[in-house]
Amino acid sequence: MSQPLDSKDVSSELPQQPSRHILGGRHGKADSLDAMTGVARYTDDISLPRMLHAKILRSPHAHAEIVRIDVSAAEALDGVHAVVVGREMPTCYGVIPWTPDEQALATDKVRYVGDAVAAVAAISEEIANLACQLIEVEYKVLPALITPEAALQHPEIKIHPNNKHGNITKSVQLAFGDVDGQLEAADLVVEGHYQFHGTTHGALEPHCAVAYFDTRQLLTVWSSTQVPHYLHRELAKVLGLPTYQIRVIQPLVGGGFGGKSEPFDLEFAAALLSIRTGRPVKLLYTREEVFLAHRGRHPFDMNYRTGFSKDGKILAVDARSILDGGAYSSFGLVTTYYSGQLLGSPYAFDSYRFDSTRVYTNKPACGPKRGHGSVQPRFAMEVQLDKAAVALGLDPIELRRRNFIGENTTTINEFHVGSSGFLECLDSVEQASGWKQRRGRLPRGRGLGVAGSTYISGTNYCIYPTELPQSGVQICLDRSGRVRVFAGTSDIGQGSSTMLSVIAAEELGVEIDDVRVIAADSDLCPVDLGAYSSRITLMAGNACLSAAKDLGGKVRDAVAKSWGCSRREVLLAGRRAQRLDDPSVWMSIQDAFVLAEIAYGTMGSTGSYQTPRQEVHGEYRGGTIGASPAYSFTAHIAEVEVDEETGEIEILHVWCAHDCGKALSPVLVEGQIEGSVYMGAAEVVLEHHHVMDSGLKADGSQRDSGPGVEGLLAASSLLDYRMPTTLDTPQLHAMIVEKPDPRGPYGAKEAGEGPLHSAIPAIVNAIYDAIGVRIDQLPATPSKILAALRAQRSGNPL
Amino acid sequence: MDGRETPPHPGRQLELVEFTCNGEPAAVAVPSHWTLLEMLRYGLGLTGTKQGCDKGDCGTCTIILDGQPALACLTLALSARGRFVQTVEGLGVGGQPHPLQAAFARLGAAQCGFCTPGMLMSASAHIEDAVVQGFAVTAESVSQALAGNLCRCTGYTKIVQAVVEAAKEIARDSRAVDEAGMGSLADSDLSAAHQVGGRS
Repeated sequence: MSQPLDSKDVSSELPQQPSRHILGGRHGKADSLDAMTGVARYTDDISLPRMLHAKILRSPHAHAEIVRIDVSAAEALDGVHAVVVGREMPTCYGVIPWTPDEQALATDKVRYVGDAVAAVAAISEEIANLACQLIEVEYKVLPALITPEAALQHPEIKIHPNNKHGNITKSVQLAFGDVDGQLEAADLVVEGHYQFHGTTHGALEPHCAVAYFDTRQLLTVWSSTQVPHYLHRELAKVLGLPTYQIRVIQPLVGGGFGGKSEPFDLEFAAALLSIRTGRPVKLLYTREEVFLAHRGRHPFDMNYRTGFSKDGKILAVDARSILDGGAYSSFGLVTTYYSGQLLGSPYAFDSYRFDSTRVYTNKPACGPKRGHGSVQPRFAMEVQLDKAAVALGLDPIELRRRNFIGENTTTINEFHVGSSGFLECLDSVEQASGWKQRRGRLPRGRGLGVAGSTYISGTNYCIYPTELPQSGVQICLDRSGRVRVFAGTSDIGQGSSTMLSVIAAEELGVEIDDVRVIAADSDLCPVDLGAYSSRITLMAGNACLSAAKDLGGKVRDAVAKSWGCSRREVLLAGRRAQRLDDPSVWMSIQDAFVLAEIAYGTMGSTGSYQTPRQEVHGEYRGGTIGASPAYSFTAHIAEVEVDEETGEIEILHVWCAHDCGKALSPVLVEGQIEGSVYMGAAEVVLEHHHVMDSGLKADGSQRDSGPGVEGLLAASSLLDYRMPTTLDTPQLHAMIVEKPDPRGPYGAKEAGEGPLHSAIPAIVNAIYDAIGVRIDQLPATPSKILAALRAQRSGNPL
Repeated sequence: MDGRETPPHPGRQLELVEFTCNGEPAAVAVPSHWTLLEMLRYGLGLTGTKQGCDKGDCGTCTIILDGQPALACLTLALSARGRFVQTVEGLGVGGQPHPLQAAFARLGAAQCGFCTPGMLMSASAHIEDAVVQGFAVTAESVSQALAGNLCRCTGYTKIVQAVVEAAKEIARDSRAVDEAGMGSLADSDLSAAHQVGGRS
């Protein structure tokens, strides 16, 4: 394949297998027994001869200038092999090339408690830690700006001195249609002030990197990253090495959820320490460092006005949002656009505008967490719809149906929406939850709530400007009847390697276990951009499908020739090639592969995928951000019970129906739905990545005490940061809806992030149904419930 | 890349720890402050046991110590002297996956797999308890037994389902063994954890 294919072309031009065998079956993950037996290797399981261990010295101040660093005592410690500081690799980088505001180790100033200042390599972690304590750093402490309000009020205290506009990292204003006119004409205008708090990913594997600069001057970096390709580029940039001198390998990753989707200090530090010492260097984060590295969900402060006609049609949305970005840009440019660009679907309306501003603060940087930038606005939007349904006396599901965007249509901000199973999703959750029979008939304290959402199947554009394909896959057939797939894809637990195995097995007539996937090694695999924005199934899936169809067609040709029939009469399935009309005529797939190799030579093929460039997005500035080849759709219904004495909320059930286009592996899709709902539910009632501030109160009732706590994490352990256990997790009911999209492989769209979004507003709407109070500021803590109930009784609802 | 490393510890007294690991004798010289987790991972190269938090919050380092689940990161290596330790590498018999491993794989109970070794250890101890004490393994009993093991991927649904199914399978096979008059529940080969853990 010399030309990258848009998915539309794949199915039409390449020879079709007559029927499906593997696809859609209830198989598990292809490689999961490795994890079960302790054989699977994650980065921290790698150990190399002469390997050193590294640690990073971190800032104790939220905001300070670095006056002086003295590493002599650390260097003199027995067992220490090297100490590095920021000025040895001062180049600024950033995962988004337009906003390079990070350094591997700080040179001039530190911007949050935990910012990296120096790194040590020693013969043990223990000695590296001791050496870090011996490094003397003189700081000039600066006022810490912990909240966006403070950061906006004090533009003269610049967290990034070179930033153009005070502490504003990005500001986006976009408007479509006549918003003011529509609001004026509306029968009902709902106004709401919403807050979404910070939450973090909580992957159980802490970040880890191993680097080895070998005798051939080749730097190999093994890292628990979701984006080996972007890491590769940034390593080259910061270390000043050409990319061919660097090999990036991503071993198995123990969960990501967006928390490992950009380079971190540890990869640069381990690499430079290995270059300095000529020995392998491992750097493993402590759990506290994982909380500091963060890049989690941005806290949002949102003011929404939504206009409705009296029959419940949305007429206009006016959204203003302040995003609390933390110390660095991270993906923030994209987050700021996403906060408004993904508002439209699954509903149709004729006018909206958004005004979103992301602000630097002296806290761990925020970034992409599962449902990047669109979970927070979805919360506000869906609660607004619930309020409108109450005001208009409409069933909230019916109100959503009336606003359905439809299929093969274009949103008001000009994104092309292909297939959409949103109505089927609503039907599924309505039926499964017993909504019609039960809603309104539950005892006080118990309630049902609904919400809907949409998400992208990958972003249409790479984060750096390029015309190169988003994903490449190479497939080789083995004379023993096996298949090898080489792909740059990152399996972070979501099952991307299984997805490639399923597609290759389906097209080449072998079983899933006959396909070996070699993934995410820059020396062996074609480039894939990484595991982010739910892109891999659609993009790498299409690339794999294209390569597999090419090979499958050749195999069927070779077999057809030996049987004297046409290719269309040959089926590859179940480790056999057989005649469609006469199953008694068959040969083993091994013999078929051998025939093909005799006919065509070595059996290998490549496939590429590039996103469509026409008619998928608007031409206005920012119109490309948020555009995707295909969109998933989701509906949730939650059932909660609220104890009015204690304010405690128990989430009893969450029903989630998700339109993933086509479930290539239904068990894995269900797993993505269940995991997403679990994670969303936790954000409503349990989890809070809270950074303390001695001045302002951060969380309504929660008061942080005393000076000197600025910038400290309130919860820096898995005990204090309350991730749900088995006992805290509601009953999860996952339902798959299939509305194939012509742009996806076999019609497949994303499944990994969409099912999180509307879990959150569904739960909040259920709380209202249970006790008649609105929780517009998350998290929904018992104290907020009690305060709202008090206000309700006093006749002044909050 | 065999996973073994024995970092030198200048000025630290090394102590010899002899114990039984997955049914075989093991002897490792460790600094006295090492945890059992460090001894398993660095001393023996048994990297199946994971470090998720290193402070007893997450359960990924759960192993079985004398038949009971324990957190390897909160257990000093020296305290394992003379005791029976089972790790995920010791689950399953004769190259065949343990029914728990098979059920986890079949039902998609592992996504990233990082919590899985600890989950499997807690689950096998629970099933073992059920066999010995004669209670039925249910979704509720499994939820209680696994409450110390965090999973960030699955929402636990498929994990609980897999443990219940594996327990049923084990009970079914135990009955078959009983009916064939080949032995009691307690010493059937299905309670591998039991034997290795040395509780009999």
